[in-house]
This record gives sequence, C-alpha cells and structure tokens, in this order.
Amino acid sequence: MRHLIGIEDLTNEEIDNLIATAEDIIANPDKYAEVCKRKKLATLFYEPSTRTRLSFESAMIELGGSVIGFSEAQSSSAAKGESVADTAKVISCFADIMVMRHFKEGAPMVASLNSTIPVINAGDGGHNHPTQTLTDLLTIKREKGRLDNLVVGLCGDLKFGRTVHSLISAMARYKNVKFVLISPDELKIPDYIKHDVLERNGIEYIETASLEDAMPNIDILYMTRVQRERFFNEQDYIRLKDSYILTPEKLDNAKSDLAILHPLPRVNEISVAIDKDPRACYFRQVLNGKYIRMALIKFLLEAKNEG
Amino acid sequence: MKVDEIKNGIVIDHIKAGQGMDIYHFLGLDKLDCNIAIIKNAYSKTMTRKDIIKVDTSLNVDLSVLGYIDPDLTVNIIENGKIVKKFHPELPYEVIDVVKCKNPRCITSTEQELSHIFRLTDKENRVYRCIYCETKAK
Repeated sequence: MRHLIGIEDLTNEEIDNLIATAEDIIANPDKYAEVCKRKKLATLFYEPSTRTRLSFESAMIELGGSVIGFSEAQSSSAAKGESVADTAKVISCFADIMVMRHFKEGAPMVASLNSTIPVINAGDGGHNHPTQTLTDLLTIKREKGRLDNLVVGLCGDLKFGRTVHSLISAMARYKNVKFVLISPDELKIPDYIKHDVLERNGIEYIETASLEDAMPNIDILYMTRVQRERFFNEQDYIRLKDSYILTPEKLDNAKSDLAILHPLPRVNEISVAIDKDPRACYFRQVLNGKYIRMALIKFLLEAKNEG
Repeated sequence: MKVDEIKNGIVIDHIKAGQGMDIYHFLGLDKLDCNIAIIKNAYSKTMTRKDIIKVDTSLNVDLSVLGYIDPDLTVNIIENGKIVKKFHPELPYEVIDVVKCKNPRCITSTEQELSHIFRLTDKENRVYRCIYCETKAK
C-alpha cells in the first residue's frame, strides 16, 4: 500500500511522472474525466482549510469520483475522543482513499499505519505538507521550464512553515539548486533541515534577514505567512507578523523572470499591487494544486490496485 | 566488597557512573528472579568511576537498547565461567518506548497507547528522531 506522508515517500522519478501526468491532465482533461468513476475520496480535516480541502474535492470530482468527509474536528468522532488509528480503520471501510489534515504532527502517519486504503497527508501541524510541495514543484516547472539550476529564495516564517520544509527537501534533489533563507532570527529554518537535508547533501545556502539584499540573485521567491496558530504566545505573533512584506518597490532589483510563489492564504505579506505583475504566480499555483492532486489520486489508486 | 563470579550470564561493564539503574530498568532486569548484582561507582582506570551489572542467567533480552544508551559500554557473555564474547553494542536502528517524545505538538502526546518510536537519522552524531514529528531525542 502506497501513502504520501512526506515528500520523501516519492522517488525523483515518481515526482517527475506526477508532474508529467498533471501537465497531460491540463492539456487533455477529458481523457481523465472518468478515471475515478465509482471511487470515493474521504477528506478528514481536523483543522480549518479552504484551499487544500476544496482542491482535493475538485480534483476527485474532475476525475469522475465522489467525496465524503468532514471539515472540522468538532463534527467528527474526534470530538468524542476517538483515536486517529480507530478513525483510519473506520474510514477504510467506506472510502477508497483518504486525505487527512491534522493539528498534531505525525497524525497522518498513524492513520497510514492503521489504514487499508492510501492516506495522503494534507498538512500535519507545523511538520509536512507534501501535496503543497508537489503543487510548488509543478508551478516552478511550468513557470521556469525546469527544476534544476535555480536559486530559490524562501522568505518569512521558515521555522513553523511546513511548506518551506517540504519544498527544501524536494528541491534539494535537483542539480545545482541553491537556497537563500530569508527570515528574522526567531523564525529561522530548524536545525534538522539545515543539517540533515542541506549540509549532509552539500547544498549551498545562505541565511539572511534582508529581503532586499537577497532579491537580485533569486529565480524563485517563495513567500510565506507568519501563522498565528503556530505561536503559543500572541505577543510574539504580533511582533513578528509584519516582518517581511513584499511591495512593488522591493521588486525593483529583482530579475525580470522571477517567479513569486505563495502557498496562500495571504494576510498582508504580499501587497495586492503585486497581483498584476506577471511574475506573481500564486493564483496560477492554486490551480496547479488541483491538477497535481488529480495526478496523485490517480497514481495512489493505481498503485493500490496493482498491489 | 565481594560479588560472586557468574557461571552463565552477562556482565555489562564500563557503564557511565549513575546509569546502572537506568539500564537495569530499560532491560527489564527487575522482572527476573535470578541473581543480579549492580555495582555502582566502581573504580575504573579509564573512567575513574563506573557502574557494572552482573546477571547470573543466560538472558534472552534485546540488548540493542544498550547501544542507544551508551555504545561505549562493554557487554561480556559468560558461559561456564568464561568470557565467550565481548563487544560494544551497536547503535540500534530503532528504539521503542525507551525515550518519550517531548514535542507537545506530536501525535504521541494524545494518541491512545501509541508507542514512542525513535529512529537513528545521523549515525555520526548519534541523533535519533521521533518517527512521527522528527523531533530529536534528548
């Protein structure tokens, strides 16, 4: 049984195949309209989400399948104290594949260990968010035409930003990718990402607190939101939330073919004035998310049937 | 102080002073009914002070946890009063319910009867991480 808990569950070849499938879905949507006919996707969202949940639901519907599930913990058996393991066993009786977002890190892994259907991690606390990473990779591929030979700038909350951690792990697999890590001291990338992913693989990176200094050298600017829900202390959140706001002036020194990505939702870290700039990719990125999730659902269901 | 020699069993030597009782519990030696000697703060040329555990029975326990606690200690297997095997335990790939995950955001903090499992991610620096949230074992 194949699951997607972290991006490391996929080989480079599998990631490339998913991207190729997504691009084929974009070009030939009718070809895939009945791929999941009579199949059910269960969406188990213990934490609020608009984009990711609707993206998965749209993906399954466009593949000809249907969707069951819940969108908050209070409307599930979790409110009665049911364990994640038990929930996974129960959902396995109803659906063909499940997607889980949970506020506890590792919850989707626990589900996968107890499930008889594929489990997709749609975000576990501040830990992993592999389908956002696949979305980012598809976006970078479509915007830049390649996933190697790039300088990737990551800006904002690099400590709790799970999308950042997964993206670094994924991009680190491609040749000649360099990282510029832009954040305040309090929100620097965790040591385990630096040591286990970057330094161990000899990948070049620099850490800086200045977005302006980093701007001229980067091909991809990945902006993130400083998330209120990741802080134990409200005062720390208020102090840091406006650390990095991207305005048109800050793009003066940027490359003309820069690609600006953001996992969304945006609060105020990217000025609305930038939305009109052709380098702003974040709404195209949302659409790419649906296509790559279609490719992923198809892949995991096929792997299940083969297994 | 005189501790009888053992005929068949194991001697765990070069335990860092103070860790003897931890190892006694980790190996579940408290559940055995054979002769067990725990020598604390014994004199050592190399370590100044060390603990030693002598178990007077052929043990059928998983010794891999010793590698997690301290791969520098020495395990002596005794048969018929002679040392037949002497080794330093290797770092185990995985330790289960030996150390608890301290991350309050980890699923282990709420999920019923979920084992705390840590895996070796960096052999050189002896780093173990929780398999669920990747928090480093302390």
